[in-house]
Amino acid sequence: MPEIRNYTLNFGPQHPSAHGVLRLVLEMDGEVIERSDPHVGLLHRGTEKLAETKPYNQNIPYMDRLDYVSMMQNEHAYVLAVEKLLGIEAPERAQYIRTMFDEITRILNHMMWLGTHALDIGAMTVFLYCFREREDLMDCYEAVSGARMHAAYYRVGGVYRDLPDEMPRFAASDLKRDKSELDRLNGNRQGSLLDFIEDFTDRFPGCVDEYEILLTENRIWKQRTVGIGVVTADRAKALGFTGPMLRGSGVEWDLRKKQPYAAYDKIDFDIPVGLNGDCYDRYLVRIEEMRQSNHIIRQCVDWLRKNPGPVMVENHKIAPPKRAAMKSDMEGLIHHFKLFSEGYCTPPGEVYAAVEASKGEFGVYIISDGANKPYRLKLRAPGFAHLMAMDEMAKGHMLADVVALIGTMDVVFGEIDR
Amino acid sequence: MDLFLDILWIIVKIVAIVLPLMLCVAYYTLAERKVISYMQVRIGPNRVGPRGSLQPIADAMKLMCKEIILPKSANKTLFLIAPMLSIGPALAAWAVFPFDEGVVLADINAGLLYLLALTSIGVYGVIIAGWASNSKYAFLSAVRLGAQVVAYEIAMGFSLVVVLIASGSLNLGEIVMAQQGGWGFLNWFWLPLFPIFIIYFVSGVAETNRAPFDVAEGESEIVAGFHVEYSGMTFAVFFLAEYANMILISALTAIMFLGGWLSPFHGIPVLGALFDWIPGFIWLLLKTLVVAFLFLWFRATFPRYRYDQIMRLGWKIFIPITIVWIVVAGFAVVV
Repeated sequence: MPEIRNYTLNFGPQHPSAHGVLRLVLEMDGEVIERSDPHVGLLHRGTEKLAETKPYNQNIPYMDRLDYVSMMQNEHAYVLAVEKLLGIEAPERAQYIRTMFDEITRILNHMMWLGTHALDIGAMTVFLYCFREREDLMDCYEAVSGARMHAAYYRVGGVYRDLPDEMPRFAASDLKRDKSELDRLNGNRQGSLLDFIEDFTDRFPGCVDEYEILLTENRIWKQRTVGIGVVTADRAKALGFTGPMLRGSGVEWDLRKKQPYAAYDKIDFDIPVGLNGDCYDRYLVRIEEMRQSNHIIRQCVDWLRKNPGPVMVENHKIAPPKRAAMKSDMEGLIHHFKLFSEGYCTPPGEVYAAVEASKGEFGVYIISDGANKPYRLKLRAPGFAHLMAMDEMAKGHMLADVVALIGTMDVVFGEIDR
Repeated sequence: MDLFLDILWIIVKIVAIVLPLMLCVAYYTLAERKVISYMQVRIGPNRVGPRGSLQPIADAMKLMCKEIILPKSANKTLFLIAPMLSIGPALAAWAVFPFDEGVVLADINAGLLYLLALTSIGVYGVIIAGWASNSKYAFLSAVRLGAQVVAYEIAMGFSLVVVLIASGSLNLGEIVMAQQGGWGFLNWFWLPLFPIFIIYFVSGVAETNRAPFDVAEGESEIVAGFHVEYSGMTFAVFFLAEYANMILISALTAIMFLGGWLSPFHGIPVLGALFDWIPGFIWLLLKTLVVAFLFLWFRATFPRYRYDQIMRLGWKIFIPITIVWIVVAGFAVVV
């Protein structure tokens, strides 16, 4: 009788459902997982160390590249931390813009999550449906910052610039685009960015319904997600879960409500909470979060329409002066030169600021020694804590459930490896 | 000399079946990509030829030109035999397939048994491929597929037994003729044997290893399963076998439950006369296409089952139902 032993399976980093560069070493008894060991660090770029060598403003683009599917929320956490250090606050209009773009980002992130999660479980079509809507939101990013992903739109003291009055339109090109198709593509781009976003919020609940038709009551989907990766509320807290992972386990915790930042305290929205803490509950929580985000965006659009105003603080020690002032005014020129060469110095001290990012609590901890760059920057990435629970969640499940778990954790290696 | 001519004639007939079949397989892959594309709000291949119509040819050329990589630790002989083992039965099964009344290569009495035997042999190619690759992913896939095919083979066999009881023959042509009657398409076996029709088709999907039962090659779990180490033509042969099997299952469903080459309106007063001029082969082709379309539709719609859930469905639901139906059908025929 030969000795029966477990075997190890190397899962990733080059694996279609490794979500980037996750490497799992699985110890398996047949199809059943005995132990899973996540290996991280393959996307380590040393963001925290790099940040120590750059003036505060130049670190903002690094934040985009952390969790590269919820870009502006990362910026938000960093910008909040520096503002706290400086003791300033962004104008109200900037707060609303930030709120709106945080929620646009949340929808972007959740659609990416839904698409890949469904794709991992085998439902291809949802993926492409999600990316259809993501495209419109990417266009909002582009309209406001010029970049589809790595926006660098939030700045210390506000946002880079006000929302554009005109939405960019498609032009005729060598591709076979006749007049009627061009008109169809540009149909909702005739007005301002806010009109475009409003049109999106009108359409989006219908799109979520479409995804739900394919999944929510689908027997196979339920068989694959109900009861998989159950985490109790106590364990979820002990493991450091945040965001939808924690709410899926039934803990009502959301920084947007518990310690409101930006304009969240002036806005009406609900926090969905799960019951059982399995993959299906986390799925339902995120689906409902998309609907709530849509609701929040709608309220921000209404407010922003009625209330024009500055989007950046007037303090030119922190915010660059107007272009015209820089050209004609000595003081403006000096401010401009100082800001874009040295940057600004912060008072010495330490500060922690966190936002409710799409994946959970994204926090930035800065120690300043009074220089123009952080003495130390520490990032708290929600995905890291979630990935740590991989072994506990996967134990006793089957190989096919591991991909469901990777999906439900919504891991993105930009933030985990930093 | 006569013997030589006979053999030559048989070879001509084989070529006349296999060549169009290969063409069908090639264009079935294009149809799959196009159908799924339209379901997923995109347009699919449209670069090679008008509206992408030469895409399968380009794919075939590419695969033929690619290097066949032999993994260092693979068992080389078995590694190369496996693809042939999987395509051989997929093509040989067409020998007993009646394309119209009397149009069949080998009109044998035990046609149904022959089909069952050949579709079972097909799985050996996959199991050997999984083992010979000496890769954990491929091996896991071979084990999964072995278990899955055994479970669904039984359900499929039992549902064919019900068809056999209802028609009183093992010959595919006679099974079709047994479905002829005064009620047109209401006479076909899909109506009296409705649960068996569903079980046969679902088992067919599982047997051909297609979504939502594609655990053996589910790319998000075990990458590509048994053909993860295959490249170039060796991979293409597995691919051909899979699609040839899908077409075979579609055609068999049409033969056994949808009246084969019979006109759906045959025997119905006015409509029957109106449609009787259409050759039987066209009807068979149409029915096959409809069923083949379902394969693609499933793939675009459903998530994938987990391995143990497939086994549960096969052993605990399909097999008991078919056994009950064998008894029911037996009583219905005797009484």
